[in-house]
Amino acid sequence: MKVLVIAQLTFREGLRKKLVWGVLLLSLLFVVLYVWGFHLFVQDWREMEARRAARGVPAGTYEIFASAMVLLGLWTVNFLSGVMTIFASVGTIASEIDAGTLQAIVPKPIRRWEIVLGKYLGFAGMLALYIAAMVASVILTARIVGDYTPPNVVEGTLLIVLVMLILLSLTVFGSTFLSTVTNGVVVFMLYGLAITGGLVEQIGTALDNDVLIRIGVISSIVVPSDSMWRLASYLFQPRLAVNFLGPNPFGTTTPPSAFAVQYAVAYALVLLLAAMLVFRKRDL
Amino acid sequence: MIATGAEPHQAQPISVAPVIEAFGLRKVYGDRVAVEDLSLEVYEGEVFGFLGPNGAGKTTSVKMLVGLIQPTAGTARILGRPLGDLEARRQIGFLPELFRFHDWLRGQELLDLHGKLYGMSRQERRRRIPEVLALVGLAGVGHLRVRAYSKGMQQRIGIAQALLNNPRVVFLDEPTSALDPLGRRDVRELILRLKSEGVTVFLNSHLLSEVESVCDRVAIVNHGRVVATGPMSELLSRELTVEFRLGALPDGVVGGLATYVQVEAVTDGPRPVVVARASDEAAIARAVDYLVRSGAPVYGVVPERRTLEEVFVDIVSREGAEPR
Ligand SMILES: Nc1ncnc2c1ncn2[C@@H]1O[C@H](COP(=O)(O)OP(=O)(O)OP(=O)(O)O)[C@@H](O)[C@H]1O
Ligand SMILES: [Mg+2]
Repeated sequence: MKVLVIAQLTFREGLRKKLVWGVLLLSLLFVVLYVWGFHLFVQDWREMEARRAARGVPAGTYEIFASAMVLLGLWTVNFLSGVMTIFASVGTIASEIDAGTLQAIVPKPIRRWEIVLGKYLGFAGMLALYIAAMVASVILTARIVGDYTPPNVVEGTLLIVLVMLILLSLTVFGSTFLSTVTNGVVVFMLYGLAITGGLVEQIGTALDNDVLIRIGVISSIVVPSDSMWRLASYLFQPRLAVNFLGPNPFGTTTPPSAFAVQYAVAYALVLLLAAMLVFRKRDL
Repeated sequence: MIATGAEPHQAQPISVAPVIEAFGLRKVYGDRVAVEDLSLEVYEGEVFGFLGPNGAGKTTSVKMLVGLIQPTAGTARILGRPLGDLEARRQIGFLPELFRFHDWLRGQELLDLHGKLYGMSRQERRRRIPEVLALVGLAGVGHLRVRAYSKGMQQRIGIAQALLNNPRVVFLDEPTSALDPLGRRDVRELILRLKSEGVTVFLNSHLLSEVESVCDRVAIVNHGRVVATGPMSELLSRELTVEFRLGALPDGVVGGLATYVQVEAVTDGPRPVVVARASDEAAIARAVDYLVRSGAPVYGVVPERRTLEEVFVDIVSREGAEPR
């Protein structure tokens, strides 16, 4: 129960952050542009098909291109959600220690781990809502404007949520012993490392270069956020589109295994537990 | 606020169980010793003053007692339970020295949050919140955001927050540091009222007149250790200054007097006055007895009750008050 009190407070507090509103505004802009872009894409495609038919060329595979549009949209959603996660939670414990607002909270009949868990759940709830709303915008756009529905929407969305939970665990853990600024720098560096590592792995796959692939694998062990996104992207596309696109910056042809998913879930849990343990001993 | 008329300086019955017990609490930051070795007992219903110069370790001690910082060594019990026990915490109120709250909440919302953390039901909160707001003189401003409060108002809501759960023990770390003179008087009355309700109050302060007027017992800390402790009345009379007004000063009397009291000044003349320091009241009685026996007419013995400030300055300056 006390966990929920803190979660509720954190949810409200998250919504008060200017950066969060910045990302929300950006997201809204993105959705508007996305709807418009998808509309243009469908128009172009129809014109092209009409021209092809006139010349007697066989029809292209609409599914591949519609899927690529969806992939692009969901990649942006995943990216924005990652940035929002870090922005929203970067100072959650550190800044409260600095401000002293925890001094009246911690002596209350609440355990310290409940405070950490409450904060975690508050942010996770807020961000999961954000992800659900954004994924729904993309999928509905594809469906209504483009008459296309990608496969595995639920599984893929859960993976984007998992990406968010990984980053959230990392950020909350960091904020139990780093200052807000240091934590922000460290977490963004790790986030960048994961994204770059994922790109390097794709290049490695394209070039069939083992060293590059290994770098990618190592980076996905250090921070498994990008590899979980790549699995999501794999699930969101029909096989046809995956094979057509090949290794690319937004997806993959070689999705991570089920073990990788278990590893990522364990990663998020262990970091959350570590955050609770560090905070338990922290002097306030 | 209504004064209850309860008298400070009342002697406490001896049989009550200690509500706060500390056994050798110690806190070291790197190579800085913040609290050297704190052992104390505070009894039920007592107003306990914890005094000391800046950097003496008062805040660090209280933070250890309420579970904000981890002692390097030693243990403590509150309401008979170990530190961090949730049942004990349900009955504790705490006002931090640096009272900072989630200031984007309205005053009422802030208290509602803390009420929830105490595990109070909705009805309890609805009844109690206006009560404590009125108690600290914020009755009309509960709907304002805490950010819009003045510093003194923020300290008041901090006190309200500490009293929300009708605690059995209240820790107040310099509760009047931001208050105007009226606010200080209000807090003084509030503490006396808590005392009359049987609440134990642990008061950190260096406002000695404030402590003197409400506390039953005090401990003086310096450089992280307790250097004096006892009931207020005992501490104040521990070293008395006394003026002997005599009719004459026979030879050698001043020297003889020195075996009973510490002579500080002698004014000669037709009506000699000897100013001396006595360790306690019994020493004065013996000194008077001696004077009479040695043939010095005693016209008056005027004990000067020392203020807490004098006692404090005396004790602390004896070993250096500078933070180190
Ligand atoms: N986080 C910390 N790191 C290092 N030293 C600390 C820390 N907190 C307190 N100290 C040191 O511990 C000593 C006691 O500090 P404390 O805040 O308990 O004093 P205090 O008696 O409350 O003083 P004041 O009257 O100024 O409030 C000081 O010398 C201080 O420098
Ligand atoms: Mg202090």
